[in-house]
Amino acid sequence: MSSPKRTKPSLDMTPMVDLAFLLVTFFMLTTKFAPEEPVVVDMPSSVSDIKLPDTDILTISIAREGTIYFNMDGKYTREALLGKIGEKYGLQFTEEEKQAFMLMSSMGVPVGNLKEFLSLPAEERKAIRQPGIPCDSLRNELADWVVLARVSNPKLRIALKGDREAAYPVVKQVLNTLKDNNISRFNMITNLEKES
Amino acid sequence: MAEIKESGGGKDKGKKVRSKKSSTSIDMTPMVDLAFLLLTFFMLATTFNKPQTMELTMPEKPKKEDNQPLVNEKKVLNLVLGKEDKVYWYVGITDPQIQVTNFSQEGVRKILLEQNQQIKDMVVLIKPSDGSKYKNLVDILDEMQISNVARFALVDITPEDVALISNL
Repeated sequence: MSSPKRTKPSLDMTPMVDLAFLLVTFFMLTTKFAPEEPVVVDMPSSVSDIKLPDTDILTISIAREGTIYFNMDGKYTREALLGKIGEKYGLQFTEEEKQAFMLMSSMGVPVGNLKEFLSLPAEERKAIRQPGIPCDSLRNELADWVVLARVSNPKLRIALKGDREAAYPVVKQVLNTLKDNNISRFNMITNLEKES
Repeated sequence: MAEIKESGGGKDKGKKVRSKKSSTSIDMTPMVDLAFLLLTFFMLATTFNKPQTMELTMPEKPKKEDNQPLVNEKKVLNLVLGKEDKVYWYVGITDPQIQVTNFSQEGVRKILLEQNQQIKDMVVLIKPSDGSKYKNLVDILDEMQISNVARFALVDITPEDVALISNL
């Protein structure tokens, strides 16, 4: 024991590990996974830097081909909305269908096919190409969705999420639908512009 | 790595076999590995940026008894959004001198800034044609914000405008 002691270079890693776990916990609790959308919408960019609020949002998505999708947050307001839609169109929804609607993200099927669509298993629903919500002068279901959604949740803000390449006539239909229902204030979701 | 050790850890040098004291150390390496793996995953999966929005307030639907305000036509700048990211513009309503530009900085922004200086209380009418894209609409609304145009309106395109741009 008289020879010079050779110590192994050891480091106390406990504080680092503590921190690592703290961060893991933080990220696990704050992460909110984005719900899967039926279409990819490539949004245009703008210099506007107003942030979209987190809650009470009604999103109308316009895909590249011009199909219109409807989305609203809040599980229970969705349930109330589905009830009102059912009343208006004379449809009865089962508990499972209601549950499916409550947990769904964007939706783009005409009311006529809605019951059938909701009764499908979730995986099959993803695979189906949704035809979009009818929004022409003959059959404007989007207007009913928006009006009844606002009845279900009066605090709702309307957000428009259009694809860059969406043709203007469809956008015009949506804007006119909103205007006809006295919705004059809404948000357009954009990406933040990089240049200038 | 991270270990909790209570015993000294050195090997017994003596030949006497002592009753073994089982050490209470746990190897924490796998757990720490996992912790870092999760940390990396969540850090990469988290997106902090929330989507940006543009607020747009459309005019209310005019009531029958309302009088529409009259605007001096000399103060009206018309922007017709055409196909393939083109912007057609003219001032006034009668005898329009139509010109073509685009969405670049030297294009519509310059025109907006120039006209905004020349014309007091300028009113911009945005008329997207059926061939235009949603992107064009957002871009032009954006330009309004950039060039500080206070008064602008999104209006339907008129048949006269359609005829004008089809001639070009």
